[in-house]
Amino acid sequence: MAGEGEMSNVDQQSMRGFSACLALIRRDLILTFRSPGQAINPMAFFLMVATLFPLGIAPDREVLSELAAGVIWIGALLAVLLSLDSLFKSDQDDGALDQLLMSPHPLPLLVLAKVFSHWLTSGFCLTLMAPLLAIMLHLPSDAFSALMITLLLGTPVLSLAGAIGSALTVRVQRGGLLLTLLSLPLYIPVLIFATGAVNAAMQNMPYTGHILWLSVFLVLGVCLAPLAIAGALRVINE
Amino acid sequence: MNWTFFHKLGSPKWFYDISGKWLPWLQVSSLVLISVALVWGLAFTPPDYLQGNSYRIIFIHVPASFLAQSVYMMMATAAAVTLIWKIKLADMALKVMAPIGASFCILSLATGAIWGQPTWGTWWVWDARLTSMLILLFLYIGIIALRGAIHTIEAAAKACAILSLVGVVNIPIIKFSVDWWNTLHQGATLTLTEKPSMAPEMLWPLLLAILGFYLFFTMVMVLRLRIEIISRERKTRWVKELVS
Amino acid sequence: MLNVVQLSCERDDRLLFSNLSFQLGSGEILQIEGRNGAGKTSLLRIIAGFSPSRSGDIFWNDQPLSAVYADFRLNCFFLGHKPGLKLDLTPLENLVWRARLANTIISREALLCALDRVQLAGYEDIPCSHLSAGQLRRVAFAGLIASRARLWILDEPFTAIDIEGVSWLESLFDEHTHHGGMVLVTSHQPLNNCQGKLRKLNVESFAEERIADGRGGGDVEC
Repeated sequence: MAGEGEMSNVDQQSMRGFSACLALIRRDLILTFRSPGQAINPMAFFLMVATLFPLGIAPDREVLSELAAGVIWIGALLAVLLSLDSLFKSDQDDGALDQLLMSPHPLPLLVLAKVFSHWLTSGFCLTLMAPLLAIMLHLPSDAFSALMITLLLGTPVLSLAGAIGSALTVRVQRGGLLLTLLSLPLYIPVLIFATGAVNAAMQNMPYTGHILWLSVFLVLGVCLAPLAIAGALRVINE
Repeated sequence: MNWTFFHKLGSPKWFYDISGKWLPWLQVSSLVLISVALVWGLAFTPPDYLQGNSYRIIFIHVPASFLAQSVYMMMATAAAVTLIWKIKLADMALKVMAPIGASFCILSLATGAIWGQPTWGTWWVWDARLTSMLILLFLYIGIIALRGAIHTIEAAAKACAILSLVGVVNIPIIKFSVDWWNTLHQGATLTLTEKPSMAPEMLWPLLLAILGFYLFFTMVMVLRLRIEIISRERKTRWVKELVS
Repeated sequence: MLNVVQLSCERDDRLLFSNLSFQLGSGEILQIEGRNGAGKTSLLRIIAGFSPSRSGDIFWNDQPLSAVYADFRLNCFFLGHKPGLKLDLTPLENLVWRARLANTIISREALLCALDRVQLAGYEDIPCSHLSAGQLRRVAFAGLIASRARLWILDEPFTAIDIEGVSWLESLFDEHTHHGGMVLVTSHQPLNNCQGKLRKLNVESFAEERIADGRGGGDVEC
């Protein structure tokens, strides 16, 4: 590429894209630790959803264990959506997004780093919380491992796909509802295969196929979503 | 004529002029085709041996479903053109197509529900096709809502284009997962459109109706596009001359 | 070297300026002037590569900007209306992530030295949320000192800066241009102390020229 040749002439230093990504992840993690509300609120929401279902439907063991996979996954999905609203908006508000866009490193790479740190503070924490909810909702112990694997594979896809919507609504005031509308259709395949896997595990059926499909979605998401997110950020920030 | 709007726009003026000539033909042909197809289909085809007369709703349901899906594909094409060649006309097309596609989606869902009542005994069945159509409706609503939420025209154009492309990548995935989910949760159901072999006396009016619906869609799109052109180009000389 | 040729900018059907051309070479300062809404910020954002122009070309070292974005971004420091700092981080932490994003790795000592130069020595471990608006600007300027960018694009840098800070910033421009740097700055404030390096460009004049031209004025006005 023309740009690369130019660079080695003008500036003798190499591009430190990986170091920039690490700095970005480090920054976002420090920010989460300093004001943990952003990470804790979705987790509290997750717990609340799991509490409301038995209250709203029935505390029967049979009914709940039947619904558990769906409830946990829908709760996780909505909790991730809740946390996505501020993913790029806080950067837009204080001007840090301009610095991100002005970086000489490839924007999709930087965006991937941001989504990764978002997943660490949302999807990953929700996954760690999931066993608690599974016990509350009487999920059969056979399905525990399926639930954990699907959450580990599925929540990064939720972060990636939702970040597209988050980037598109970065300039929209109170864009939370719009973000939900844009993201939910993208979440449906993940939800179907993840709950399918857990339900299959509950019936002692093999669920490798589901897991493989979720992995396909994850690979697709990692490859394509950063391009869409980067494109959206450039377009919206004009 | 060095007014630079022209170079950038893929010439909305040219489209406005030429579409004015198409419009009467489109109006007449779509009207004729749809009425012929509906009269033929509703009055002159024999009733279905299994479903009786209720199957006749396919003459509206099937064309509407076809259009709901193909309008999204057209929008994705317009989106790609908007992003690659930065032609404003493509974005205007993208904008005016979204509500039309959403309307066909709603029409398809409504006719599907009406057909479901005598056939399945319920207004709504989580059938794979109906569910996919419902999700498609969400995709349409998302694009319309995003356009409404962004105030800069250029940013809205590109944002909607990106969203349409993201959606079009996802449609096959969504369709596949919903089909898969449906086979898992339900046995084989009677579907509205998939027939082992459709009798030719039913097929011909259906094909006519589909063609008529496509022409109707083109007509509505051209009409809306002309209005959009006028409103977006209102500050150019040719529109001012046109209006005065 | 930055070369802007026949740039025009349109925002929501409104033509802000057209046929705007200028060159910015090593050791020069260009001050962009114009009333509010004339398109100063839009011009800077087009040059920085955030927004597309309606027509016209930008060349960076005689190559089209779109072909050498990575090199341009490596050599450009952009500071917009918002200082781009995370309020929960300390000035030092902010400087570190910004430097990494801009592909420079700087020692802690150098950053402390930069903070010292903007008179924020001793503030390096205090969260930015405790600093005033002017102090936040100064933190961003510390990033400016620490960066190795040749081209500075600064949008209203004097906002919230005290009188002493203004003259200090002017001397910083002087020093930067002395070493062959370039400064592109919008400001309502008259700049001095620049020993003939300063040129001014009024965005408004490129809006009026067009109307006087009689070519498109009538088409654009409501």
